[in-house]
Amino acid sequence: MNKIGLIIKREYLTRVRKRSFLIMTFLGPILMAAIYIIPIMLALNSSNEKMRIAVVDESHWFEDRFNDTQEHTFVLMPGQPIDSVKEMVKTGIFDMALYVPPTQLNIPSNAVVYSIRQVPMEVETYISNVMEKEIEDQKLMANGVDPEIVSAVKTNVNLQIMRMDEKGNEKETFTKVQFTLGIFLAMLVYMFIIFFGGQVMQGVAEEKTNRIIEVIISSVKPFQLMMGKVIGVSLVALTQFVLWILLTGVFYVGFSAYIGISHPDMLSQGTVMAQEISNNDIMSNESVQSIVQIAQSIDFGTIITCFLVFFILGYLLYATLYAAIGSLVDNNTDSQQFSLPITVPLIIAIISSFYIVNNPDSSLAVWFSMIPFTSPISMMVRIPFGVPIWQVVVSAVILAGTFVLMTWIAAKIYRTGILMYGKKLSYKEIFKWLKYK
Amino acid sequence: MTKITIHEVTKKYADHTALDRMCIDIPEHCIYGLLGPNGAGKTTLIRILNQITAPDSGQVLIDGEALCQKHITHIGYLPEERGLYKKMKVGEQAIYLAELKGIKKAEAQKRLKEWFDKFEISGWWDKKVEELSKGMQQKVQFITTVIHEPDILIFDEPFSGFDPINANLLKEAILNLRDKGATILLSTHNMASVEELCDSITLINNGKSILQGRVNDIKRQHDTHQRELIVRCDDFNKVMSVADTYNNIKVEHTDLPDETKLTLFSESPNELIGRLLEIGQLVSFKEVLPSMNDIFIQEVQSQNQAS
Repeated sequence: MNKIGLIIKREYLTRVRKRSFLIMTFLGPILMAAIYIIPIMLALNSSNEKMRIAVVDESHWFEDRFNDTQEHTFVLMPGQPIDSVKEMVKTGIFDMALYVPPTQLNIPSNAVVYSIRQVPMEVETYISNVMEKEIEDQKLMANGVDPEIVSAVKTNVNLQIMRMDEKGNEKETFTKVQFTLGIFLAMLVYMFIIFFGGQVMQGVAEEKTNRIIEVIISSVKPFQLMMGKVIGVSLVALTQFVLWILLTGVFYVGFSAYIGISHPDMLSQGTVMAQEISNNDIMSNESVQSIVQIAQSIDFGTIITCFLVFFILGYLLYATLYAAIGSLVDNNTDSQQFSLPITVPLIIAIISSFYIVNNPDSSLAVWFSMIPFTSPISMMVRIPFGVPIWQVVVSAVILAGTFVLMTWIAAKIYRTGILMYGKKLSYKEIFKWLKYK
Repeated sequence: MTKITIHEVTKKYADHTALDRMCIDIPEHCIYGLLGPNGAGKTTLIRILNQITAPDSGQVLIDGEALCQKHITHIGYLPEERGLYKKMKVGEQAIYLAELKGIKKAEAQKRLKEWFDKFEISGWWDKKVEELSKGMQQKVQFITTVIHEPDILIFDEPFSGFDPINANLLKEAILNLRDKGATILLSTHNMASVEELCDSITLINNGKSILQGRVNDIKRQHDTHQRELIVRCDDFNKVMSVADTYNNIKVEHTDLPDETKLTLFSESPNELIGRLLEIGQLVSFKEVLPSMNDIFIQEVQSQNQAS
């Protein structure tokens, strides 16, 4: 077996066997699944405790307007003085009391909710919505407008976005889905680069502070050791990624089955709720039909291919830089200071992605997806919206070229850095190392 | 026959010259000492031999052939700054290091078992390195250095961190390796081990070789013709009256009241001995050759003053 293979094998096996890898492998999907599961759990639990709200309506406008919902029951207390109802709230007969004073149309209404506990946001919103609607209707009637007409006039505009290409093909796009997907992919690349790049840096620094480095590089070239580590860790990253996808699938299926058996009625409702929350309401208008359309509108093949290309190239570029930084480190506190220059472009890329996602074809977006230090993240934001193929290719070529150049530079720094101990380093000095034979 | 030829090797770093036209010939099957004060350039030279760095000019030949990638498996190197992966198991790590030197896994396993038995550390095979004492780690490191049976071995301060018993074990192992035909380069500040082990040495200072040769020859060259005599005589004045006729003599009392120690710096002590025999009894007579320690200090200081 050749030497770089041996190094890759060791780097891979020692990391995959670590307990922290196992923990991350299970924790990742649990966190991802939690995004899906928690809203459903909340929906399931909150229906168990209904809030009892006493209503003292001295205006008599809203008495039949408050409908019981899953979360709350309204109990009308006509003619009861509000003070005695407040006492009932104190003793726990009711969770809260709504008091509406006598109201006239031209006077702003001043309703009050009395409660021992914090009033949930939804209750507050519900009550004010009902009251506003009723007062509006009353005002319209006072001006001689029939509320029936008003509700008939209300319209929902369903704005379709169609992307055309030169050949005249039209395709419907779903901006919110692309938005979510773009940010998600960018975050994923960012997290993987920071996390696994950091592992490369720590690994290099460990070999240096352990002083095993000189033993190893009397057997292999420093370049082989560096690349072996970078590649070994990248395989760990890919393993983790694949395991996450598999486990997330298992959790998802398992949980859906559990919900399906224990709460059959909750399944459809819970799913819709979860999707509403995680996808910013995209489902609220036209649910079933548009899910299929959305799935068809996304080119998963392109997205996965681009993700792999940009993630791997981006990781390789940054990992070699992290390796060079690791070689400069004498102790762990130094690493923060030296790694700053390479975390800054990553942070710029992730912050800018929130602008790029709003306008993925702007010149800022195009530039950022070409500059090799930001392109792995910025390009992934744009991919779900559709990027001209030439831009993707050019960006990938630039990224690959920069990777080769940076590896050459990083290897020079690494080679000298790993054998430097107890010396204060300046950037000027590190620059000189590039010229060493 | 010459095993390693270092010819006019120069290595410059940004602010200083680590090696200045260094020339050393290291013969086969010997233990060759590489001496010199800290920062003299020893480590740089060793790193060049290991192809960790390359010289700016000059060349290194092994068996008359220019140093190249294939020689890596012919060299075993125990650096001064050495360590192991702390979280890795001892046996696994030793096999990994052996494999990096081009040994097949099964062969590595077999040889390691033998060495582990020899060093009485077989029980440590499945322990993590961080559980081992420093001396134990040193043993493992020594084994990984020699496991691929290289014909050139480079030891940088091999005895540091060893207790006297283990140091002795190591010393025997080194001599044994030489007898089996290895050429050994020993870099150390421990002059006692140089006298004990080394056949020849080179003394480096400021990147230059300032003294080279066989240990015995060097000692002869630095012979100050110092002879030490102890004479037994009740009357100290009699001894003094003899000694006073020489100007290259030093007289000292010993722990015993009737014995006197005389140190003579002369190639012909016979006359003095004859006269001392007339007044008392000669207890001992010996030739004092300078120690490598003295030679080291003397040479380095005189060179530093000259420059």
